[in-house]
Amino acid sequence: MENNASPRNISRLGLRLFAVYAVCYTAFVLTSAFAAPVMEREAFAGLNVAIVSGFGLIVLALVLALVYGVRGGGKRHDTPHAPSAGGAR
Amino acid sequence: MIYDLSPLALVVFAVFVAVTLGLSFWLGRRTTSSAGYFAAHGQIPWAVNGVAFAGDYLSAASFLGICGMIAFYGYDGFLYSIGYLAGWVVALFVVAEPMRRLGKYTFADALNARFNSRGVKLAAGVSTLAVSLFYLIPQMVGAGVLVQPLLGLPHWAGVVLVGVIVILIVVTAGMVSTTWVQFLKGALLIVFSAVLTAIVLSRGFAAEPPVAPGRAQPGELRTVGPLAGSAAAPAAASQQLSDLVDEPLVPADAGWAEIDFLRTRDPATGRISVWARRSGPDGAVHYDEGQLLTRTADGRVLVAGLPRGRGEGEAALQPVGSVSRLPDGAEETGPLGPIEFFRTVSDSEVRVWRSQVVAEPGGGQSTVYYPRPTAGSEVLRPGEHPRFAGIRTGDWLDKLDFVSLMLALFGGTASLPHILIRYYTVKDEAAARKSTIVGIACIGFFYLLTLYIGLGAMTSGAMDPTDSNMAAPLLARSIGESLFAVVSAIAFTTVLGTVSGLILACAGAVTHDLVDSFRREPLSEEAQVLVGKGASVVVGVAAVVLGVLFKGLNVSYLVGWAFSVAASANLPALVMLLFWPRTTRSGVVASVLVGMASSLAWILLSADTYAKVYGLPAADAPTPFSQPGLVTIPLSFAVLVVVSLLTGKKRAEE
Repeated sequence: MENNASPRNISRLGLRLFAVYAVCYTAFVLTSAFAAPVMEREAFAGLNVAIVSGFGLIVLALVLALVYGVRGGGKRHDTPHAPSAGGAR
Repeated sequence: MIYDLSPLALVVFAVFVAVTLGLSFWLGRRTTSSAGYFAAHGQIPWAVNGVAFAGDYLSAASFLGICGMIAFYGYDGFLYSIGYLAGWVVALFVVAEPMRRLGKYTFADALNARFNSRGVKLAAGVSTLAVSLFYLIPQMVGAGVLVQPLLGLPHWAGVVLVGVIVILIVVTAGMVSTTWVQFLKGALLIVFSAVLTAIVLSRGFAAEPPVAPGRAQPGELRTVGPLAGSAAAPAAASQQLSDLVDEPLVPADAGWAEIDFLRTRDPATGRISVWARRSGPDGAVHYDEGQLLTRTADGRVLVAGLPRGRGEGEAALQPVGSVSRLPDGAEETGPLGPIEFFRTVSDSEVRVWRSQVVAEPGGGQSTVYYPRPTAGSEVLRPGEHPRFAGIRTGDWLDKLDFVSLMLALFGGTASLPHILIRYYTVKDEAAARKSTIVGIACIGFFYLLTLYIGLGAMTSGAMDPTDSNMAAPLLARSIGESLFAVVSAIAFTTVLGTVSGLILACAGAVTHDLVDSFRREPLSEEAQVLVGKGASVVVGVAAVVLGVLFKGLNVSYLVGWAFSVAASANLPALVMLLFWPRTTRSGVVASVLVGMASSLAWILLSADTYAKVYGLPAADAPTPFSQPGLVTIPLSFAVLVVVSLLTGKKRAEE
């Protein structure tokens, strides 16, 4: 059991995708909180920034999840005992 | 509003309960081991588990609370949709696979995998119970709120009904039956939300222009104005109103003297109309007729000054919510595409409804529900709900409060014990990952629909001005009684699915974390199942009692508490354990306990709780803003690091 939960057990791909999403989500929250009028501006096709970014965040989560799924979660699960083929180091 | 018992809703609900319980008893014959009872032998197919994630997660707060908030305040409710889904990104990329690999039955298993420590188990078990109970209360309260209009039963009966059914589901087959109930409910919820959305889009919008006093049918709500000489003093304006509707003014006594509403009384029927003053952009003064609900000092309920009812000399609140003006003055739009839908709302004017409480002479209390014609572009921006209004003011603390809430939603999902235990029901890490992806797809799709359902409800003309939680079922009623019956029954079963998962999480924590940490030898398999079933009954009964006690407390408000406590108590320990090799046993224990205690204390001392729970002035609250996450999540991380460094060094010296 010892050290089963070391950092190399997390896939590098997962962390990258997580970072992408975290940056987008943070930008959304901070814009809403500190620059609320920006959310009212028209983004495109008559839709405002609030609608486009809100829908965008939900769709982005779906897309990132699918990328992660198609890439087999960074393949880490296939080699649980090998020293992290494709895993983060 | 007055609700009639819907026999069809009753039948649909009874069928669902019968199928669920039948399934539970049938599956229950095969569940004798602990692995079977608490984790379904890890044999649930990943696709089923994914949909069950949706059934587990999409609670009454999601379906009723978010749709209701959008129906009354627009985009602000959608902020919860975004935050609740964002949490799943943390779950998938950070938590899912390690959880499956490290644990067996409970969240504490994973946390304790490296240490095998009694303290870690105990702390994580207590935090599981605390978070799950916080989450349980609003579900049970929600059940009571739902049965009143839907099944015609009193609040306590709804809570007891849900309690009994859920205890039966959980006690018979544990995780197996719970999973299938959640699968069924998740699938139904998503399918019927899609149906509702399709109908909202295909029927489009129809404008309902203001009704002038002369043209009004009985019960129709009128608009007077623009008044002549609109800059005139209020006294002259009120006299004009009285003349135009041909009803004398009611003198402004008690609380009425302090607010901007006027009342007129129809001399023939005694019916009181309440009027909200509105100044147009050109300064023209209008009066819009609102609705008046009064609770007298001796406990009677009056509507428009008359006894509530449908008979002669009685009055009932009217359903509300409409589009007052469409783009280019059109009367109706016809079917709309998903993007065109928002464009149309944005260029229209919508009548949203607000309320204000007024003190009556002699100790009674009235609530005025009044329409506020609002530009569609304002409905589609954040900051209309009082909770989020702070982001439009210059107050930094209000803005931090908002950031704090969004942080708790982001971190909370991946720390909710009843979600985490679902990782043990599949066979391996790959299945855990795949089922999370299916879960994200289902949940994300549902959250995209909430904005269409909510805005459809806002403009459906079917809203109950007193109860935003009923928005989604009432939207269905505006389409047809049978859809209303099905959607109501699904809303009710929504509660069943989530409550079963919560009770099982509590039972698992009691059996594997708490009882085990007080024993030298682990319990036998049979004993574990027995203890688990006993704990389920006890937690179920406790949930019923709490559900009755907390009647009347806002549902989504309490769910917010659960997310904040979960994110503060569980997330730092879970994340640091995975990323920081120097994390120690004492660090984990300290982080869980400090996170839990500090977030709870913050909530209990917050302005929100002061005002809504204790009934004290919000300004007296000692915390600078209401949501704890922004302070308590970093605090819990810091405690973990400091304690780990201190205890790690000590061990190295020894």
